[in-house]
Amino acid sequence: MKYLSDQVVSRLQAAVQSLDLAGTRYRALKFLGRGGMGTVWLAEDAVLNRKVALKVLTSDSGSEYLASRLMREAVVLARLEHPGIVPVHDAGTLADGAVFYCMKYVEGQTLDQHIANANLRERLQLLQRIAEPMAFAHARGIVHRDLKPSNVMVGAFGEVLVMDWGLAKVMETTSADTGNSNDGGAASQAGAVTGSPSTSHGTVLGTPGYMAPEQASGQVALISERTDVYGLGAIMSFMLGDSIDQQRELPAPKPLRAICQKAMAAEIFARYKSVREMSADIGSFLEGLPVSAYRENIVEKTVRLLRRHRAAVVLVAAYLLMRVLFILFSRR
Amino acid sequence: MDAISAAYWRPVYKYVRMRWRVDKEDAQDFTQDFFARMVEKEFLDSYDPDKGRLRTFLRTCADRLFLNQERHANRLKRGSSAVHVSLDVDEAEQELTAAPSTESPEDYFEKEWVRTLFALAVERLRAQCDAEGKKVQFELFERYDLGDSETRPSYAELAASLGLAVTDVTNYLAFARREFRRCVLNQLREMTGSEAEFRREAQSLLGVDPK
Repeated sequence: MKYLSDQVVSRLQAAVQSLDLAGTRYRALKFLGRGGMGTVWLAEDAVLNRKVALKVLTSDSGSEYLASRLMREAVVLARLEHPGIVPVHDAGTLADGAVFYCMKYVEGQTLDQHIANANLRERLQLLQRIAEPMAFAHARGIVHRDLKPSNVMVGAFGEVLVMDWGLAKVMETTSADTGNSNDGGAASQAGAVTGSPSTSHGTVLGTPGYMAPEQASGQVALISERTDVYGLGAIMSFMLGDSIDQQRELPAPKPLRAICQKAMAAEIFARYKSVREMSADIGSFLEGLPVSAYRENIVEKTVRLLRRHRAAVVLVAAYLLMRVLFILFSRR
Repeated sequence: MDAISAAYWRPVYKYVRMRWRVDKEDAQDFTQDFFARMVEKEFLDSYDPDKGRLRTFLRTCADRLFLNQERHANRLKRGSSAVHVSLDVDEAEQELTAAPSTESPEDYFEKEWVRTLFALAVERLRAQCDAEGKKVQFELFERYDLGDSETRPSYAELAASLGLAVTDVTNYLAFARREFRRCVLNQLREMTGSEAEFRREAQSLLGVDPK
């Protein structure tokens, strides 16, 4: 048996850990993790001297279907230029036949890690920021279909990015396509990838607990942006539930629970029409306004108004108290 | 059992030499005795994969056996056991002398374990390439990845010396590394005590979850 020096051992370890990036501008730095469709690596772009993330489907996976799905994900991502969606820089095939795409390397935490120290208001604001790129994608006819806390990254500077568009579905037509000629162009581009592998009826793709019923039952034809509304509702439910467990706060206020329930309604048309509508309801709650998902009684309405106008109420109460005291003392 | 002995005798032998400062003959006797007892007493049966790695278990067993033998001063003499493990201790001694370690014996044992794993995987790859008529692929791998010198030959130099196109060198090396990776995983499977341990080790060593 040949004796391997320390140098050879570490070289072999790097060789089996690393990708064969010969002939590319990238150099593998570190294995980051395994996703549903391949491995993700931290790499260095030698030309631009910056860190990037490479998502690679290993050549020994032996699946042309998965390879074309990965390429399709890259194409979908390339068409979604939004600050809340991780940008793709490059895509191709490595020397050993492995299909890859290169994207921005996001340093930060996944949503589930990040919210451990966030209060309720911060969590709701995060939800609104997740809704922004989702609304953008929906306007371009693309449904994510795998919204969950581990697919949302919160960057070092607070930026929120929706990741892992591997299960994204490109819709044939959208309302946004007809209303805006510029968007129509983008949508037609998106439509060009519908020819690549799509999901047939009966196929179940997604994450249990975050999948809408129509997705869990494989009714692909019923997938729409309301499927992502359900996913966002499931994330909201996770964030509210977590707040109870982790910080022993009071249970979430009824209007928030109602928003969650409406977003996660089993009946598709009972849900919010769009993530934008759901986000608006969350915004209303944050501003102390009534939310569309919840009909409050007179007591709740009074309490909400008192809270919303707390400063004015305190000022008026103080003024009245001073008047009373003034009258009492002036009579003596 | 043969696979375990082949994979672990070298780390155990070197560990005992380092940890307990015994001479070559005693370390050889001990290693022989250790693996013989492993077969005869079947102490692998008491290994619980949920409680730790197989290599940590074996190292702990080696420590216990050594201390026990010291206490009772009844070390077996070489060849007194029915089970015999082939040990090339001269080679192991050369390795010890060539690369003296400054690490703790425990860390050294871990490192030797990885070294043995890779060395056995290289032998597997060599045998596989010989059997499949792919000696050129192995030769490229050997010259590019197994060389001890600081600087490695370029793909162009390798191509010129073997009369190949540079693209062939790229492809052949990619093949050899892919197969080497497979050999490492196969070897690792034989050196671990359970499927869960195998996957943990593969994740930590190779950065892959071998689903």
